[in-house]
Amino acid sequence: MSQYIIRRLLIAIPTLLVISFVVFAVLALAPGDPMAQFAKNPAVPQEVRDRMRTQLGLDQPWPIRYVRWLGAVGKGDFGFSFSTKGPVTNLIWQRLPQTIQVVGLAYIIAILLAIPIGIVSAVKQYSIFDQVATIFSFIGFSVPSFFTGLLLMLVFAINFKWFPIVYSSTIEINSLATLGQQARQMVLPITVLVVQQTAALTRFMRSSMLDTLPLDYVRTARAKGLADIAVVMRHVLTNSLIPVVTLIALGIPTIFAGAIITENLYRVNGLGQLLITSINNSDTPVVMALTFIFAFLTVLFNLVADIMYGVLDPRVRYS
Amino acid sequence: MRILMKSPKRTIASALMMALVVPVLAACGGGAPATAPTTAPAATTAPAATTAPAATTAPAATAAPAATEAPAATAAPTEAAMPAKGGTLKILYWQAITILNPHQSTGTKDFDGATVVLESLARYSEKDELVPYLAEEIPTLANGGVAADGSSVTWKLKKGVKWSDGTDFTADDVIFTWKYCADAKTACATSANFSSIKSVDAVDPTTIKITWTEPTANPYVAFVGQQGMILQKKQFGACIGEAAITGDCATANLKPIGTGAYMIKDFKPGDVVVYEKNPAYRDAANVAFDGVEIKGGGDATSAARAVCETGEVDFAWNLQIPKAVLEPILKSDKCYSVAGGSFGVERLDLNFANPDPALGEKRSEPDQPHPFLTDPKVRMAINMAVDRASLVEQLYGPTGAPTCNILVVPAPLDSKNTKCDRDVEGAKKLLDEAGWVSTDGGTRMKDGKKLVISYQTTINTLRQGEQAIVKSNLAEVGIEVQLRAIDAGVFFGGDPGLPDTLNKFYADMQMYTNGPEGPDPTAYFEGWTCAQVSSSKNQWKGNNAGRYCSKEYDTLYAGYKKELDPAKRATTAIALNDALIKDNVIIPLVNRFTPNGVIKSLKGPTYNTFDSSLWNIATWTR
Repeated sequence: MSQYIIRRLLIAIPTLLVISFVVFAVLALAPGDPMAQFAKNPAVPQEVRDRMRTQLGLDQPWPIRYVRWLGAVGKGDFGFSFSTKGPVTNLIWQRLPQTIQVVGLAYIIAILLAIPIGIVSAVKQYSIFDQVATIFSFIGFSVPSFFTGLLLMLVFAINFKWFPIVYSSTIEINSLATLGQQARQMVLPITVLVVQQTAALTRFMRSSMLDTLPLDYVRTARAKGLADIAVVMRHVLTNSLIPVVTLIALGIPTIFAGAIITENLYRVNGLGQLLITSINNSDTPVVMALTFIFAFLTVLFNLVADIMYGVLDPRVRYS
Repeated sequence: MRILMKSPKRTIASALMMALVVPVLAACGGGAPATAPTTAPAATTAPAATTAPAATTAPAATAAPAATEAPAATAAPTEAAMPAKGGTLKILYWQAITILNPHQSTGTKDFDGATVVLESLARYSEKDELVPYLAEEIPTLANGGVAADGSSVTWKLKKGVKWSDGTDFTADDVIFTWKYCADAKTACATSANFSSIKSVDAVDPTTIKITWTEPTANPYVAFVGQQGMILQKKQFGACIGEAAITGDCATANLKPIGTGAYMIKDFKPGDVVVYEKNPAYRDAANVAFDGVEIKGGGDATSAARAVCETGEVDFAWNLQIPKAVLEPILKSDKCYSVAGGSFGVERLDLNFANPDPALGEKRSEPDQPHPFLTDPKVRMAINMAVDRASLVEQLYGPTGAPTCNILVVPAPLDSKNTKCDRDVEGAKKLLDEAGWVSTDGGTRMKDGKKLVISYQTTINTLRQGEQAIVKSNLAEVGIEVQLRAIDAGVFFGGDPGLPDTLNKFYADMQMYTNGPEGPDPTAYFEGWTCAQVSSSKNQWKGNNAGRYCSKEYDTLYAGYKKELDPAKRATTAIALNDALIKDNVIIPLVNRFTPNGVIKSLKGPTYNTFDSSLWNIATWTR
């Protein structure tokens, strides 16, 4: 087992190198200029912009910049952001709490909702509950978050004024009132994310349960006189959860990628928002750091999922 | 490694990747307009060169007496009305502030963020007049501050001004700011404002003398407006050159110590800046708010809603949104908008060189004359066919006004000699005279060739609306138009390796916004001289993208550059504008404003052309 893990980790190194190279190349070759804001501004003439580019190291050809970047990352230094001219890691640490609070919490709520809904839907297949759940999950699946987000914002924040539309990241939670304030501003973005994630997870849970329910051992369990609830919870659920748990583990890295659209819409300035503004401003070091961390987490959680598979399913063996 | 039952996991993984990638792509598409409109911010400006003709001496003289105490003066009456003290002033920017040292900034938003904390010697008011901040008075020829030969200027600084850390503000800080930006390796975004300085000397601790490298007509280039904010020597002393963005200096860039009404309490770059009242401020008793919060991000439309509909914030910056969306929001009785202050002039550039792809390497080079845009009659016909009134009525609403001039600010320089009324019949007649005729009322032809124009601009809802209107205007007179929309980053980025840049101009007509960098338009007008013609020889970096080249214009410009007399400069500036307009070198369409949304209870915000929208934030009250 440990040999397997070591081997997988070693394979991950070239994977990460290739990912970082491709992302860096795409960023370097794509059009865009961190100085674009100053283009056509007569107060910032071309030679000043060239000087600023030199300061950022952009006068060097991109393969050299890549090698330098790689060397620095090897020492744990992700470089400095072009727009703050400060360390990228500071930026990421500042954004992480907002993303974990909103996107992470939404993920947990989605899991807690999806599993029971999926179970009931499968056990009572084609019941009214199942039909309603199916309709809602298809809606959640197919309606994009920029639409649900805007809709919820217009209805609940602007018309009813129940929730704010400007997310404040400066609330210090030290009383019930501030806790309420924080909860209130999180409602809408979390709802948007939960609707989407629950939809997908519910369908998986339901189909995985439906795969297991007609199996012979389930019939045996029923035949030996076990209560319905015990059959479902102990025999069907444990086996059906295996693929779902894998799915959940694989989804964890996406939390750290943030939710680009929802974060932008509600001004939750988390990692997703950081990523998209950095892409728009050609802030290469920030984009590199975020994608690299994301790639690393994806590789890591793939491994975690594989290992969990073995733990949960005795038929799976690693050699 | 053998795993049984592997396939479901693979599908799951790929589904997840899709779920991740799709929103990224969607956001890239959707996010672009949010950053794009900042394209050509005349608003980011402040002087880069020379004088404001009539605007410098005359208004400065009137401003000086009243203005010495300007911030206090405006605060006094409001105090009499007993404004509510305390509370937090909440400001919303749809572009988040990322750095607070203005000299290291990368956009307008950063200058605005720094404006709350740092001060210049003088700033521009909404009337484009100079108001003393750290200076005691505005130096003029009359009070002896400006040398008669234009070789130097002497500023008297306010006495007793303290930095927010309690230390004294002195002439050394001003000299230091110059030295900081004069070093090329510091890479100041504002360094053009300091490039004409030979030396800055302290006459005494509260007087500085700036000597120019050559006599200059504009003595207010340096230390003025948002590009001239003074840094504290104590804090930034070790930050000159390559050290500017490393170690402690990187921290200082995010938390500069200032002399302004507020100081930085907390700053999350790209998210929010929290300011608190500066107790050491010279007029602290009249500062109305306990603190200021500038939140960034999101989009302009919901920022407008946050002021006008939900009332969550007090001030929202630059609501450049299509009229159809903005007007209903502004109708709410909770807010008012301060629209004004030119953001620049949206214009059509006409290409004097031939952009025909068949020319290959020679495409758009100045030695390839355009087949029909070099004909003044065709250019004039296009100018006469364009319906400026519709553009404003249907698309801009409160965020723009039709204009016939390429120079509209300061107001005294807005030429009154030009006219640009729509005249469809006149345009048709001109085209007939030029030999472009249509037999069936469709596209005009000459020598078997159709009159077809390619028309490019950036990808942006507003601009695509304008393209549609102009296209139908030109179709009315028999000119066929082919539209192209280019990513703003590429169009303005100026990468010589890419074909679709503004300066290469591989089209017959292009549209964008630009304006002068300060009250003095010298550098702006240089953009139509022969020397600035964009070509492969200067790596397509010349500012004259239309490749217009005229000896008369060049002579007029050369005279303007040397002229020191303010009155004569004003007349020449207007003459330069008129020369370009009368020859239809360029077709101005709309003077764009920076519309800021303000909640009803907030008093003080004004528009501003050459300085930050927050220039007078110290005097804002509720």
